[in-house]
Amino acid sequence: MAGFKTAALPREGLSGAFLSALATAVVVLVLTIPTVGLKTDESGGSLIVTRHFDTVAWLVGLAFVGRLVMSLFMARRAVKPGEQKKAGPSAMDRFAAAVARNGTKIGAVGLVIAVLLPFVTSNYLIDFGTNVLIYVMLGWGLNIVVGLAGLLDLGYVAFYAVGAYTVALLATNVGLGFWACLPLAGLFAAAFGVVLGFPVLRLRGDYLAIVTLGFGEIIRLVLLNWQNVTNGPNGIGGIPRPTLFGLPFAAHSATGPTFAEFFGLEFSPSQRFIFLYFVILALALLTNFFTIRMRRLPVGRAWEALREDEIACRAIGINATNIKLSAFAIGAMFAGFAGSFFATRLGFISPESFTFTESATILAIVVLGGMGSQLGVVLAAIMLVSLNEAGRWFSFLGDIALYRPLIYGGAMVVIMLVRPRGLLAHRQPSILLHGSDGPKESLVPNDGLAASTGELP
Amino acid sequence: MTRILDVSGLHTYYGRIQALKGVDVVVDKGEIVTLIGANGAGKSTLLMTICGKPRATAGKIIYDGQDITHMETFQIVRQGIAQSPEGRRIFSRMTVLENLQMGATTGNPADFDGDLERVYTLFPRLKQRQTQRSGTMSGGEQQMLAIGRALMSRPRLLLLDEPSLGLAPLVVKQIFEVIKEINEQQGVTVFLVEQNAYHALKLAHRGYVMKTGSITMSGTGKELLASSEVRSAYLEGGH
Repeated sequence: MAGFKTAALPREGLSGAFLSALATAVVVLVLTIPTVGLKTDESGGSLIVTRHFDTVAWLVGLAFVGRLVMSLFMARRAVKPGEQKKAGPSAMDRFAAAVARNGTKIGAVGLVIAVLLPFVTSNYLIDFGTNVLIYVMLGWGLNIVVGLAGLLDLGYVAFYAVGAYTVALLATNVGLGFWACLPLAGLFAAAFGVVLGFPVLRLRGDYLAIVTLGFGEIIRLVLLNWQNVTNGPNGIGGIPRPTLFGLPFAAHSATGPTFAEFFGLEFSPSQRFIFLYFVILALALLTNFFTIRMRRLPVGRAWEALREDEIACRAIGINATNIKLSAFAIGAMFAGFAGSFFATRLGFISPESFTFTESATILAIVVLGGMGSQLGVVLAAIMLVSLNEAGRWFSFLGDIALYRPLIYGGAMVVIMLVRPRGLLAHRQPSILLHGSDGPKESLVPNDGLAASTGELP
Repeated sequence: MTRILDVSGLHTYYGRIQALKGVDVVVDKGEIVTLIGANGAGKSTLLMTICGKPRATAGKIIYDGQDITHMETFQIVRQGIAQSPEGRRIFSRMTVLENLQMGATTGNPADFDGDLERVYTLFPRLKQRQTQRSGTMSGGEQQMLAIGRALMSRPRLLLLDEPSLGLAPLVVKQIFEVIKEINEQQGVTVFLVEQNAYHALKLAHRGYVMKTGSITMSGTGKELLASSEVRSAYLEGGH
């Protein structure tokens, strides 16, 4: 709980702990009166307000006691004068570094679990896994733009939408199947990535974020208002499901054998769930494999260098324009792939699925995971999708689903307090020497040159 | 000797403020030429204008017989000009080896191992630290890395912007010895911008003095060191 040090006791001793607990209780009171204490219900065409001040009182009491206990606990653990404080990285940092070092092994174990999952669990968990994998893929795609190239993109969902609508329009108007649409969706999204990239070449940081945010909204508004083509807010339905080399996952098919008939199996709807799960798993792994390869290639290293220092990049002969555009295009391409999967999975899409909240969620996955960390994205995606589902899991606690945004936000605040640079923020160098297991950060004391022997006259 | 860089009548503006007011500088192949001057004289602006950012509003920059005044920065660098920019600008979250790799971006991959060895011979410290995150190194080591990174592109002309900035005197001495080595043993022409006038003039074959955007004096390093104007303006009280 290293991060909580910032909120350490304002004063020594019991009175200090009491005061800070009181302050926490006041903050919770102010926050919970509108969010928990008042609830609006519709009744006969008018809104009536129900008050839940008893819950507010419980929460305030809980916060007070919790803060008090925490303060006392920390005071007991605090360093006493004369005692040496242990230096070095915290347990969490060491854990993150260990995870990063053993990334390949952990990734392999995770992959085995991911492959076996659909055979041992229920339809619900497979669906949950599919949801997680969509966000993992989007996170990995955005990681190229934000994590590697350092271009803060708040409109990433636009490319996801472009991919989804490409499939929906081509499938319903031209009659192409999912697999024919998939590469086209990637291509279209990449083209939009370049279209966005050009005007924002000179922008960085906050300015870039605002323009990309606007771009995301433009795409959504076009989809919403271009009725003749996109069918506006009513969306597009009847998008065909993917087939396995022409074998559809259905009970019957007029055009040939279905998957179940071909393999002599009993038809079951879960076959389609499992198939969809493996499609998105394959797409996500493609994204991951591609990113890992790119990091070792000159263009991938140039992305990282661009994030570090654009002027220095130009000074060593890198064409920053091309590098930026390639990051936008490739990141967008993977969003396009994910979008096409999204469309074919649900069979129906509408602009509602591509709001700013989605962009924010994807960005949150990248940031919470630790910018540039592939494993971190997986971890963060599992966490955020779980938080989304938590309302369903804990439904025995009453209408907890109503508090989902509150839990969601609270969890994010806690993660950022505990791990301000993301869950697994630990950059692995793209090249290692033989016999070396990672960067020797701060192992060599920063003694400067004067301490070196034999090199100076 | 043949001319490698010929800057003539160069004017550069930052908005409405004129930073260079008709600068003429020439550098011959194999030379070390230094440009000294006070803060804000326009020294760094000249180096940056040679690299195409900011753009010159008037005047010409000829490199190796070719007009590079209006080229893109990355294309200028690809002609064989490398810069170790002011403030070093290394990629601090990347390792030393990765930084050197970035420097070789424009080069031939087949040359990489040999070039890396050359840089490590010049700066043995960098070899010791090659897997270290470069931002965690000392200022001197970071400066070595900035020069090493520039050398990885096999430049024919090396532009150095204040390599002694913020470094301890012993380290400055070592850096200047390496610059001499780069010039004499590897035949790289060096254009050095410095505030540390004494060291720079002692090292350089020729020097220019810049004052508020114009060249006010030029001559051999020895001549300038001996000149009373240079002594009173840039050296007295220093060394």
